Amino acid sequence: MPDTTTNGTLLEVKDLRTYFETEDGVVKAVDGLSFALKQGETLGIVGESGSGKSVANLSLMRLIPEPPGKIVAGEVLFGGRDVLKLSTREVRDIRGKQIAMIFQDPMTSLNPFMRISKQLMEVTQLHLGHSKEQARAHAVKMLEQVGIPDARQRADSYPYEFSGGMRQRVMIAMALSCQPELLIADEPTTALDVTIQAQILELIKRLKKETGASVILITHDLGVVAGMTDHIIVMYAGKVFEQAPTAELFARPGNPYTRGLLRSVPDPLAEQGSLYQIPGLPPDLARLPPGCPFAPRCERAEDICRTEFPPFVQLTREHHSLCHFANEVYAESKGGG
Amino acid sequence: MNSEKNPKSARAGDVDSATATELVVGSSLWRDAWRRLLKNKLAVFGMIVVVMIVLASVIGPTVIQRATGYAYDVIPKDTRLNKSFAPFRSPEGGFSWTHPMGTDNAGRDILARVLSGGQISLMVALIATLVSLVIGVSYGAIAGYVGGRIDDVMMRVVDVLYSLPYVIIVIVLLALLPAKTPTGQLAELFFALGAVSWLTMARIVRGQVMSLRNQDFILAARATGVSTPKIIFRHFVPNALGPVIVYATLTIPTVMLSEAFLSFLGLGVRPPRVSWGSLAADGAQTLAIFPWQLIFPGVTMALMLLSLNFLGDGLRDALDPQMRKQ
Repeated sequence: MPDTTTNGTLLEVKDLRTYFETEDGVVKAVDGLSFALKQGETLGIVGESGSGKSVANLSLMRLIPEPPGKIVAGEVLFGGRDVLKLSTREVRDIRGKQIAMIFQDPMTSLNPFMRISKQLMEVTQLHLGHSKEQARAHAVKMLEQVGIPDARQRADSYPYEFSGGMRQRVMIAMALSCQPELLIADEPTTALDVTIQAQILELIKRLKKETGASVILITHDLGVVAGMTDHIIVMYAGKVFEQAPTAELFARPGNPYTRGLLRSVPDPLAEQGSLYQIPGLPPDLARLPPGCPFAPRCERAEDICRTEFPPFVQLTREHHSLCHFANEVYAESKGGG
Repeated sequence: MNSEKNPKSARAGDVDSATATELVVGSSLWRDAWRRLLKNKLAVFGMIVVVMIVLASVIGPTVIQRATGYAYDVIPKDTRLNKSFAPFRSPEGGFSWTHPMGTDNAGRDILARVLSGGQISLMVALIATLVSLVIGVSYGAIAGYVGGRIDDVMMRVVDVLYSLPYVIIVIVLLALLPAKTPTGQLAELFFALGAVSWLTMARIVRGQVMSLRNQDFILAARATGVSTPKIIFRHFVPNALGPVIVYATLTIPTVMLSEAFLSFLGLGVRPPRVSWGSLAADGAQTLAIFPWQLIFPGVTMALMLLSLNFLGDGLRDALDPQMRKQ
């Protein structure tokens, strides 16, 4: 049951840093991530490929391959306990039971040699001490809940007999089997086509409402987070670039990078013209420039951006932005609408 | 395809719908594989031949001894019979069922010798395969899963053993521990072949485990809190089993061939014991005059090896879960 000693805050991450030792040097995949997630809230983490969003979430569950990866600093307070300081056994008890995860590619995240039912049963037998019959009944119930028709018969299928969307439903069923307090969905819709994307997002939304779980939604699709999240973290090159309540972020972005992202969302009402695109590519994390990592691609970069690392400016109580000109950008956004 | 909406929509005229529902209702992986195997004609042929040769080798020598009094090492007392007769030829020159494969230079029944030789060949193959399964799979799985420096050391050991030709190992072994009895030499042969047969298996399993280690479903299993031993036995091993089984069935013919080769060189089975290799070696000396002495052991062995390979190929196809029914 949710721990209430922490004032409604389920998860608090403080200055999380996960580095990877590579031949090119140390890659700071996540460099100073902090946030707090209240019970029942949804947090969106947005960023381009390689911005560290997936690593951040694997770090929360201590699933970083070690070596080469290492969580070098930070705290992950889950229900008041620091996950990073727990024993392997205790972490294993949390995984799947209190924090569950949905992965990006449903085609590869199910064991191809195991029946769907078995894979679902494994979780509840492990964490809830279910007997075989109980676990089976529960598995069928979960499959029905995520909208698998004929769940009783389909349960004994192998993954290859399911389509991508159905497999993702199975993954969701598995993730929610033990009624976790936190669900981490790592790009749950990226590998699916658009109509199925909408269905899966609806499903996550519905189940979240029913179970009261908190959700961390990782995506590179701003459209996905807009309708689902309470807060958004924008990551770039392992750093948090902007952190704000969803409505505020969309209405008044305080960071040039976020503005660029928002501008590159296709506008269905725009008659013509080419779609905006942030110029350039994300930097090599092993060879970051001394200044702002976004400076080479930034429209309003000035000399200071290339030489000095930007400050994390607080714009309002809940709105922060990593930029030398955060206040200016914030003010401009208000004017520009 | 979006099969989510209504997967059960049994379209009229869908020939496969009956089998499709049958497939959905509890078809285990092994039963599926078995069914696919039965559809493969070559594999079925291979399986039948293998079973027949194994059965014949196991019970054949006893049956022949009951029926004709001949065994692999029985030399007729009558000196007029101590020469090579052609198949189905009686000493008087007429037709006879006594020696369907003829006799060798000493008048011993070749059928009895081929079947007894089969026992030895099969035993060698079986033991070597067992060794490769037990040692090879666990060695490879550990190396692949642990990784890092331990993996390096373990695989270098395999490389070193790999680089030694097994013929040298056998010769050194025989030189160091001269066997006093034919049985003793047989044991050394088993040991030598067993010692090298697991190397490839270890490499295969290691590769399998390493490629599986980075798979999402392993990460997913870890993310649901499954413990390491359970991950290995529930998630790694079943996924690596296909290649293991296939390689095991392909190891059998390889080892049989190695045994035959060693015996052919006189390093393997020692008289009076026989194996297919030693029979072929004997027969090869008089090939021009008494071809049946080489042909029968040779053909039997070739048939066995071919069938095992067919069976192995069939198993490989059948055990691949991606293979849909055609």
